[in-house]
Amino acid sequence: MSVREWTFLFVALSFGLYLLIAWYSRVRDTKGFYVAGRGVPAAANGMATAADWMSAASFISMAGLISFMGYSGAIYLLGWTGGYVLLALLLAPYLRKFGHFTVPDFIGDRYDSNLARLVGVVAALFVSFTYVAGQMRGVGVVFSRFLEVDISIGVMIGMVIVFIYATLGGMKGITWTQVAQYWVLITAFLIPAIAISIRLTGQPLPQFGLGAPLLEGGYLLEKLDLIHADLGFSSYTSPFQGSWDKANVFLVTLALMAGTAGLPHVIVRFYTVRNVRAARWSAFWALFFISLLYLTAPASAAFARYYMIDSVQNKTLEELPEWFNNWEKTGLIMWLDDGDGRVRYSAREDNEIFSYKAGAVAVKGTPVTLDQIRLSQKEWIDSNGARGQDWRPDMRKAKLSGPDRDIIVLATPEMAELASWIIALVAAGGLAAALSTASGLLLVISSAVAHDLYARIINPEASEKKRLMVGRSVIGVAVIIAGFFGIFPPGFVSQVVAFAFGLAAASFFPAIVLGIFSKRVGTVPAIAGMLTGLGFTSFYIIASVYWGMEPWTFGVLVHGVNPQGIGALGMVANFLVTFVLTPFFPKPSAEVKNLIDSVRKPEITSVLG
Amino acid sequence: MPPKSIKIKQSLQRYWRHNIRITIALLFVWAIVGLGCGILFADFLNEFKVSGYPLGFWFAQQGAIIFFVLIILIYAVLLNSLDDRHSREIQDLTERDPEV
Repeated sequence: MSVREWTFLFVALSFGLYLLIAWYSRVRDTKGFYVAGRGVPAAANGMATAADWMSAASFISMAGLISFMGYSGAIYLLGWTGGYVLLALLLAPYLRKFGHFTVPDFIGDRYDSNLARLVGVVAALFVSFTYVAGQMRGVGVVFSRFLEVDISIGVMIGMVIVFIYATLGGMKGITWTQVAQYWVLITAFLIPAIAISIRLTGQPLPQFGLGAPLLEGGYLLEKLDLIHADLGFSSYTSPFQGSWDKANVFLVTLALMAGTAGLPHVIVRFYTVRNVRAARWSAFWALFFISLLYLTAPASAAFARYYMIDSVQNKTLEELPEWFNNWEKTGLIMWLDDGDGRVRYSAREDNEIFSYKAGAVAVKGTPVTLDQIRLSQKEWIDSNGARGQDWRPDMRKAKLSGPDRDIIVLATPEMAELASWIIALVAAGGLAAALSTASGLLLVISSAVAHDLYARIINPEASEKKRLMVGRSVIGVAVIIAGFFGIFPPGFVSQVVAFAFGLAAASFFPAIVLGIFSKRVGTVPAIAGMLTGLGFTSFYIIASVYWGMEPWTFGVLVHGVNPQGIGALGMVANFLVTFVLTPFFPKPSAEVKNLIDSVRKPEITSVLG
Repeated sequence: MPPKSIKIKQSLQRYWRHNIRITIALLFVWAIVGLGCGILFADFLNEFKVSGYPLGFWFAQQGAIIFFVLIILIYAVLLNSLDDRHSREIQDLTERDPEV
């Protein structure tokens, strides 16, 4: 069977499984719809959280990013796992004790204000929508690359599947589908990584393989550093190269950590377990299952980096491996020869390896296609420069030097020469990662609108049946909006996803932590803090990305603050404003104090109580 | 002898203080391992090697994550047993004097 047939088979089987699970876990009440009836076992919830958390970006792009960033790739590894420690120790058990449905719920009740609730709803909606659009796009991209289906059709198939299982089963359906999706995605990620580790180092565990000597001699990381120095790339293992200085690595990591802990679609997962002790265990299981992928990604990154350079450098057209030819068709990797008939990949001007992005290169305003570039380059070589054009300077100017980062995960199975069914499994894994995250986010959107906005503010008298209907309709509408963004992606989506973390770090995280650990912080200081954090962070991001503002150095930093890291400073600003204002405003009411006390009590064990 | 309600209150206060101590200690480890060894001292630690891994690089891409998982595991074990102890204590106090 061909790769394409295997892919069709796996995608059809996995989608069938998701729908089957959805049918068995359909729900009839809002408790089932928003928090899965609070009956999810800790380990299953951990698995669902892990699938919820690991998006199309984690699955497809992260290993690629690490393989191009080297040490600095740690910002994602540390940021997206370290945040779980904050979540587990500072938020999850207390929010479960509080026991409502959503994050704005806690903010609204703790600060005793519908304005605070509204700020929470707006922040939750903003974060979730920017995030979900990227997932829908991811579904389309996987479909188009592996099944050669049009991206729009891919997105629509994804929409229909999510629509069915999210409206039917709500949180319950989403949770159990995510458990299945976790297994699909982790298997698809681990098998190629283990295979390439054995091939290069003889070690079956990629985590040991990364620190081990290569079969052909010399430690992998040392050799990678040597090759990098040789080709003019910055060192793979040495920290703080280029604009990734110590201050920026620190700030971005911190912003991603606090942002992770403040993301509403992760927090709500802890509302679905039976009790507080299960919430603690569930946080452990979540990070455990996440770490299986996050400890493997840096190994895959280094293996693929080494393998990629080693298998193309100095090769002639006949010598190039099969994976190269397969992926050259997609434009994710392309070779523009200078005429000597041998591939040269480097960080210098003589580099011949590029990737193609539609519309990035244009002549007199007309975009040039992949085939036009290839033909023109060939003509230029064949005619000794008389006709055609050498496209390398243009491609370099368009920042298209080097292969596309996504190729690291997508092409690893082929690099390791694995069977075609494993390559197909990667496609199913990418779809599982995108769909599981998308469905979790859609539920947050639905609960923010239908529960926080409709049931708590607009129509508190609404019947159970009506609430459930509103919840289902909102998911339906949200799927359509998300799909629309997936088909017509606004250019800013990829940047905005990273900034969603900054905004979550600067708004939710301080407000929730102070809400639990301080009895003194009242309504006004908390809202002022949240608005300061949101305002400061979004101003810096918008100004530096769209208005060309120079990054701030505060007079001490060598490189200005990366917009991805500004959330860490926004969080500090939030804390500061809240602390400074607190003494001037009234203490929380007796009711709110009782609420805080109740959250801080040990849970009476079910055996006794 | 103080009334039962005060004893319950004291038990709750002890519970909360103990909880805060555990949380702060574990967050300290989190900061040292993740932000310290992984980032702030990474260039220094990179001068040492454990098999093929420069140590700073290992903390940043492997070690810190392993520690994070262990931190949450220890937290869950400690806090759940603390919960058990205090909920039993409070249960005992209320059962002996149901009027509280």
